[in-house]
Amino acid sequence: MKAKVYVTLKPGVLDPQGKAIQHSVELLGFGDISDVRQGKYFEIALNDAVVEAEAQAAVTRMAAEVLSNPIIEDYRVEFEA
Amino acid sequence: MKFGVIVFPGSNCDHDAYHVISKHVGQPVDFIWHRETDLSTYDAVIIPGGFSYGDYLRAGALARFSPVMNSVKKFSRSGRLVLGICNGFQILCEAGLLPGALIRNRDLHFICEHVYVRVETSDTPFTNELRGGGVLHIPIAHAEGNYVCDDLTLAELKRDNRIVFRYCDKDGAITDAANPNGSRQNIAGICNHERNVVGLMPHPERACEDLLGSSDGRDIFRSLAATVAAAAA
Repeated sequence: MKAKVYVTLKPGVLDPQGKAIQHSVELLGFGDISDVRQGKYFEIALNDAVVEAEAQAAVTRMAAEVLSNPIIEDYRVEFEA
Repeated sequence: MKFGVIVFPGSNCDHDAYHVISKHVGQPVDFIWHRETDLSTYDAVIIPGGFSYGDYLRAGALARFSPVMNSVKKFSRSGRLVLGICNGFQILCEAGLLPGALIRNRDLHFICEHVYVRVETSDTPFTNELRGGGVLHIPIAHAEGNYVCDDLTLAELKRDNRIVFRYCDKDGAITDAANPNGSRQNIAGICNHERNVVGLMPHPERACEDLLGSSDGRDIFRSLAATVAAAAA
């Protein structure tokens, strides 16, 4: 089983990297961009023996307590078999 | 009186802190490797600057899981003193010992320069030898020093007089031009509710020798030593 975790900055938290990226892609000629927000993406491979419910609980805890900082970031977890 | 300087893989201001305690404060000090867990013989620990764990994931995020940090939590709950400088401040925030977070500087630059900070309160064990409202000339050296917190936390910090240092101009005025990194309300350092844990982004340990441009940082370490001495008396 594989878990995918997306960590994104909460709305309202300044993202100077996203702003710099937006500026660069605008220099490439893409003018219709209203905002770029940078995030993080994690792939976590789980051993086949792990029960799905336990895996979901474990990865959710990893996302909440390690991969994201709840003060500035949100997370979303997806699973694929 | 005994001080400890915690060393993580990637710490690089540990020797500066050690030097200041041994030379300027004139007290015994040990390096404490991050895998150690016994802090029982120390009166105060310093979490120094640097790039613990290479700043992987987020600055300070992985250091929080080092064995010594559980001991630091217990140590702080016992009322003993913890000072986090730069990466040490980031680690204390990630560990939940101080509120808020430190994100990328607003202009994305790694900033390494002397700045002015105003002492917002002399009512901490780290600033009691300083004059409230006084201005210190101290260097900063960071890419993630932009302090953020929610409105509720900010209101609590203000109400309880827990903002310890703010970036200012040389006359002590708090202005946006004097804010090097975009920190909310120019915050450069804060303390916890019990006031025995302080974190700050500027490096007072690099401002203890006139030869290096400023010795304004010495009084922070003198305050620390005076507090420990008073507690022992």
